[in-house]
Amino acid sequence: MLDLPVYFLTQGWIVLPLIATTGKRFWMPEQASTYAGNIDFVFYFTYWASAIACVLIVAAMILMVIRYRRRPGHREQPSPAHSTALEMTWTLVPSVVFLMIFYWGFKGFLDIATPPDNAYEIHVTGSKWNWAFSYPNGAVSSELHLPVNTPVRLTLQSTDVIHSIFVPAFRMKKDLVPGRYNITWVEATKTGTFDLYCAEYCGTSHSEMITRAIVHEPGEFQAKITELANWLGTVTPVEAGARLYKEKGCITCHTIDGKAGTGPTFKNLFGTTDHELRDKTVTVDANYIRESIVTPGKEIVKGYQNQMPVLKVSDQEITAIIEFLKSISDKAPKPLEAWPTEGQNGQQQEAPPVVEEAKP
Amino acid sequence: MSATVTPDIDFPSPVPPAKSANYLTSRKGLLSWALTVDHKRIGLMYMVGVLSAYLLGGVFALALRAELINPEATFFADKTQAWNFYNQMFTLHGAVMVFLFIIPAIPAILGNFVLPIMLGAKDVAFPRMNLASFYLWLFGAIFFAYVLLKGILNTLFPGLESFWGPGGLETGWTFYTPYSTTTGNSAVVAATLGAFILGFSSILTGVNFIASIHMLRPKGMTWFRMPLLLWALYATSIIQILATPVLGITLLLLVAEKVLKVGIFDPNLNGDPVLYQHFFWFYSHPAVYIMILPAMGILSELISVHSRKHIFGYKFIALSSLAIAFIGFLVWGHHMFTSGQSPLANAIFSVLTFVVAVPSAIKTFNWVSTLYKANIRLCTPMVFALMTIFLFTIGGVTGLFLGCLNTDIHLHDTYFIVAHFHYVMMGSVLFAFLGGVYHWFPKMFGKMYNEAFGRFAAVIVFIGFNWTFFPQFIMGSQGMPRRYATYPEQFTSFHLNSTLGAFTMGLGIFLVLLSLAHALKWGRTAPSNPWGGNTLEWHTTSPPPTENFSYTPVADDPYDYSRWHYVSDEKGYRPLTDEEYAKLPDEYKGIHH
Repeated sequence: MLDLPVYFLTQGWIVLPLIATTGKRFWMPEQASTYAGNIDFVFYFTYWASAIACVLIVAAMILMVIRYRRRPGHREQPSPAHSTALEMTWTLVPSVVFLMIFYWGFKGFLDIATPPDNAYEIHVTGSKWNWAFSYPNGAVSSELHLPVNTPVRLTLQSTDVIHSIFVPAFRMKKDLVPGRYNITWVEATKTGTFDLYCAEYCGTSHSEMITRAIVHEPGEFQAKITELANWLGTVTPVEAGARLYKEKGCITCHTIDGKAGTGPTFKNLFGTTDHELRDKTVTVDANYIRESIVTPGKEIVKGYQNQMPVLKVSDQEITAIIEFLKSISDKAPKPLEAWPTEGQNGQQQEAPPVVEEAKP
Repeated sequence: MSATVTPDIDFPSPVPPAKSANYLTSRKGLLSWALTVDHKRIGLMYMVGVLSAYLLGGVFALALRAELINPEATFFADKTQAWNFYNQMFTLHGAVMVFLFIIPAIPAILGNFVLPIMLGAKDVAFPRMNLASFYLWLFGAIFFAYVLLKGILNTLFPGLESFWGPGGLETGWTFYTPYSTTTGNSAVVAATLGAFILGFSSILTGVNFIASIHMLRPKGMTWFRMPLLLWALYATSIIQILATPVLGITLLLLVAEKVLKVGIFDPNLNGDPVLYQHFFWFYSHPAVYIMILPAMGILSELISVHSRKHIFGYKFIALSSLAIAFIGFLVWGHHMFTSGQSPLANAIFSVLTFVVAVPSAIKTFNWVSTLYKANIRLCTPMVFALMTIFLFTIGGVTGLFLGCLNTDIHLHDTYFIVAHFHYVMMGSVLFAFLGGVYHWFPKMFGKMYNEAFGRFAAVIVFIGFNWTFFPQFIMGSQGMPRRYATYPEQFTSFHLNSTLGAFTMGLGIFLVLLSLAHALKWGRTAPSNPWGGNTLEWHTTSPPPTENFSYTPVADDPYDYSRWHYVSDEKGYRPLTDEEYAKLPDEYKGIHH
């Protein structure tokens, strides 16, 4: 029965101009989810109730200060110093308004907190300082891809400290708490690209833990996550490594142009023979790189903090990253560009036959 | 209500004592201050310490706002260094302001000075414990100074950190786990131990005030004849003694986990990170009522005295302070709506948050009603008081958006929150505090400040404050997260305005301090009662003698101004003699409850 006021007001002409548009307004970003409209309704109701209250209070104050200001010939006049009737009124009216706001907020929250049964599942892992979204087909991406008009349940976990997934356009926010799973859900109502922030302070690069929520038409979405699941095999190892450098979040701490960062720079790293760790000196070879990714806390480079999170990286991905690191180091062995035309004994060699690749 | 005066109130004119007999001049030398048990001197020592902490916290604020003037790094070429520096700035700003400034400020400075005199007493119930409270504050402050110095020296001399560990603090003033228990980037243990020590200063002050109000009230001062500032300080003291120990234990647990690896909050040690949030906010929410209740008490005094009208709704204001203190203990979970707390817990915290908003609204309406048919003097304290009502109204209504479950999901951890708490903590507590400082300045120092200077400074602070924080509401609801060292382009104009406002506010605060320093040196002599107040501190000289009164005061209705008559030569008020009072028309004789 209390839904009647909500129904009236949302359909009514008074509030319609404020909330009917789903585009960006002064206070709120565009609405891109099913529950955003509800949140905006409660926001604007509270806003107008507050604005009216503020104006009344401040106007009363200003008018009385002007009217009763100290001046020659003016004197304070006796008046009652209490009024039970007034106290009751200004206790009850705000209480009723507050209860309305509470009720709508609670109803709206139950919606946000209850994913529909048939929701599509995506797993979200937060680490310092990047996102990993895992899709049911095994694809992993640093961006959140969603199908439009489909409820999506997000299972949230963290590998280190508390993060929080926040998409203003969806009005979605939930903490990623290490040691437990949190759940949230969203049904996106329009296609497009929307900012996705970390909203819980998590250290040095908290303000750069930003990615995008990209909402696709259903067919497009399927194609996208299929591409994400299979892309590794469609590019050269060096190209794959370059892309993984960004996707896995290595870019947040390791530069490739030599500048200092939270972690050692990757420029000219591979092949270094005098790489100083806290307690010994090593050569940066493929095994060292592998160990640094799989067990990051085992050996720390001198002068740096033990901050690298444990990331989910497959063997194929590690190989690609190693190739990428070789490609940006002047100390790495140069790869063979072409088949040599002179053998060891000086005789001419034939190039090996070219094998036609099977067409997919 | 018809007006009658209780006939047996004895009303001698306070005889000004010889110059050497006021509390400032009666004893000389550093030791007479360092070992004093005079609540007035202790209040002044707190004032020097706490205001220094305020200025330090302000410098951190200006540094972080300077970093945010545009999305690029401002102070350092290297991004990592820039963000680490920013994280230190926002953390230290919060920690210094909360623990060293805003929680002690009104109780320890104005409360210490005014409370015993308002009670017609010679001192607080436990004067030596009062001095101990001050030294505990100082000791805690030294810990923070150490943390800060370590950070500065580590930055200047890079090799130093491997010698004595990291300095500074970059966990956020809230020390959320497991970040705080696992970070190797800052002096978390030293900072939390400092906060732990400061807690005792707060607790002992609370004990002292409760004992004083129970035991030292004079003849005629029943509970409902007490000035509202005392009701406010009483409610505050209850929160101080019940809530602060919880923070103390929580911080010790944090240190135990960090140093001894006892698993409480870190999931890697089988702990629960959200448990920390419950422990922390169980104190830190009531803490905000420790901050605001004394400010509301000051407002009740200032509005009434400078309107020359009995405060409207005395009983409702008095009881609402107790209501806020009690219900304030039941709402801490509203800081945790996105943490994964159950919908049931969320709903209970949400509805109780709305309940606790009601007494604050009642107070606001009562203050404004006091202005009706008044005679309003727009002196600097009154200007600050009226500004406080305006800013508190905005701060309070924006709390509604945050207590409401579904809007809070969007607004939590955005700049909307930052703006909300600055409007209530700074806009309300600081402005009320400054109003109180100007109001009791003549009593404390026997000098009057310059009105034009004071009002001008107030206006600059007001403009600067709103310029800084109002844009933050808008960018918060548009999605700008908090604790960000850099940000997307679309928020640049908001941040630019916020930074310009912050520097304006800094200028205003500087002018406030300058006006007070100017008054100390060149202010004209203040009369005993420049404002015509009827609370007992105006019944003694400005400044008071060490024992506060040269006679035994008897209390009257604290908001009955009819006995005081303005003398323009003195620019102050003197009490009417009995014959003069008898000649007043009946309707101008006192208004009593």
